[in-house]
Amino acid sequence: MLGQLILSGIVAGSIYALVALAMSLTYKSSEVANFAQGEMAMFSTYIAFVMLASYQLPFWLAFIGSLVFAFFLGLFLHFGIIRRAKEPNVLNLLIITLGFQIFLYGLAGWKWGSEQRVLKLPISQTETVEIAGTTISQLNLATVIVALILMLLLFVLLKFTKLGLAIKATQQNETAAKINGIPTNRIVAITFGISSVIGAVAGIMLAPITTLDPNMMIEPMLKGFAAAVLGGFNSLVGVVAGAFLLGILENLFGFYVSTEFKSIVAFLIIVIVLYFKPSGLFGTHYVRKV
Amino acid sequence: MDKRTSYFEDITLFKDRSVLIWSLLALSLLIGLPFMLAGYQVFVVNLILVNIIIVLGLNVLVGNTGQISLGHGGFVAIGAYMTVILDDRWLPFLPALIIAGFIAAIFGFILGIPSLKLEGPYLAVATLGFGLAITVIIGRVQFFGGHMGIMPPELTVFGTKLSSNTDFYFLCLIIALVMGIFARLLIKSRIGRAFSAIRDSDIAASALGVHVTWYKTLSFAFSAFYAGVGGGIWAYALGFISPGNFTPVLSILLLSMVVVGGLGTITGSVLGATVITLLNLQGEKIQELPLIGPFFEWISAQFMSISGLPNINFMFMGLTVMIIILFEPLGLFGLWIRIKIYFKTWPF
Repeated sequence: MLGQLILSGIVAGSIYALVALAMSLTYKSSEVANFAQGEMAMFSTYIAFVMLASYQLPFWLAFIGSLVFAFFLGLFLHFGIIRRAKEPNVLNLLIITLGFQIFLYGLAGWKWGSEQRVLKLPISQTETVEIAGTTISQLNLATVIVALILMLLLFVLLKFTKLGLAIKATQQNETAAKINGIPTNRIVAITFGISSVIGAVAGIMLAPITTLDPNMMIEPMLKGFAAAVLGGFNSLVGVVAGAFLLGILENLFGFYVSTEFKSIVAFLIIVIVLYFKPSGLFGTHYVRKV
Repeated sequence: MDKRTSYFEDITLFKDRSVLIWSLLALSLLIGLPFMLAGYQVFVVNLILVNIIIVLGLNVLVGNTGQISLGHGGFVAIGAYMTVILDDRWLPFLPALIIAGFIAAIFGFILGIPSLKLEGPYLAVATLGFGLAITVIIGRVQFFGGHMGIMPPELTVFGTKLSSNTDFYFLCLIIALVMGIFARLLIKSRIGRAFSAIRDSDIAASALGVHVTWYKTLSFAFSAFYAGVGGGIWAYALGFISPGNFTPVLSILLLSMVVVGGLGTITGSVLGATVITLLNLQGEKIQELPLIGPFFEWISAQFMSISGLPNINFMFMGLTVMIIILFEPLGLFGLWIRIKIYFKTWPF
């Protein structure tokens, strides 16, 4: 039983991890906690749905199409909105992303109504696979695998490519990066695009499990955000670890203590952890000098 | 501008005589307002007044002290439920309202303690979690009526029954005025200056002898008190409350009222609460508007969906918030100041 619980915790955790990674990437490069992340993912998932249902495209084409859309949505958020802020302080940027979130939520609600749709993936939700005495549905297995592949790709991107180097340089010190000839504005915009893509993958993997409606990403987004904060917003490895930890803890709590309060235990853990470690479990503490 | 010789006018309630006269004029207009409006419009004005009360407190926290809260819906819920339950079982309305406000303030104090070390997104997520937790707990406990929600009893103040929207309007108006004046006095007092010092730099403030721990938690408690009182009145204005009323969307709405209105000013709170509440209520019923209504209906039929049209209010709200931040970071208050300066120095 315990193994089964941990396994389903890992499945939930891999969705949280994707959202958390997306949020932490943008936070590291621009100090913006992007609250619109979930709604951007929801919107991209709807794009995939439209391509599948209305235009009858094959799945892989719809998948790639929605990711491309997500990338440009991320670029637009940065170039079209965040860059244009007159006074880009923390509060204003946070409110801008909240505004963008509400805007996308309203737009999706207007376009597709509040009714629940079904996004069909070519992976079965009912057939199961057995791993070491535990069973897992093919869809859940695919979710975990896709999440792991995405993490690996991100790792390779940041570690071994020129773009990754530029992203890391921008995150560490924007002014110094600019002096060394890195087009930091473009790099930050690309970071927004990449995290939007990561979020969209999470949305598409999640849509068959829940259902496709404008509310679908609100809870995963909050959980992902909480996971990112739990792990420490400025360490990518910490963020992933925090997400899996949160998923597993949440599932164990739901089974052994109470299913009713399962949805808030994440936030109670966060508040307690933040009280003792204000920068998260694995985050490096940032000491402000006077 | 003219040279300052004393700072006395910074701490008086009314800056000079003209402000006093304008305030009295506005007050008499407010007293006459319910007799000029239809029943539903008075109800809308009541909701605006409730939001003004809540936003006044939130603005002290966000605008004056510089702390982010995404969990104010939780305090509103505590105030609403506590007022209704106390009024229903043990106390008359006004004491119940005040005690509910203090209970919310205690929760604000508790939430303020972990927030001492947090800032930016960390604080946002901690307060957000608090707001969510309150809603879930209220929804699951039978004492609070569970998911079904509860109805407030009949409203009696000092032995008189307030049954119509107009009666209720005057109650809201008096409470809003009292709380507005109190907030203004507080901002202008030693405490308010301590809040501003913390916002500008908490390290500098503590170096100057401001007790940062105490004032930060006090600011949380103060804004929670306002949210609690506002929530208590809100319950009676709606006539029915359930956990669905206090979602994170409410907290986001309240925060956007503060920002749209203008950070750290009383006028800003009033403007922001009014504009966002009207936008929110009118957006839901956009079809009923003349000219714009049929136009949007046509667009919906052509490109969007008719059933989703009420969601358009979220779109408008999001757009308003983004446009305000992008073009006028001081909010509607900044716009108001600009207009004032324009007319003061008019030909130039």
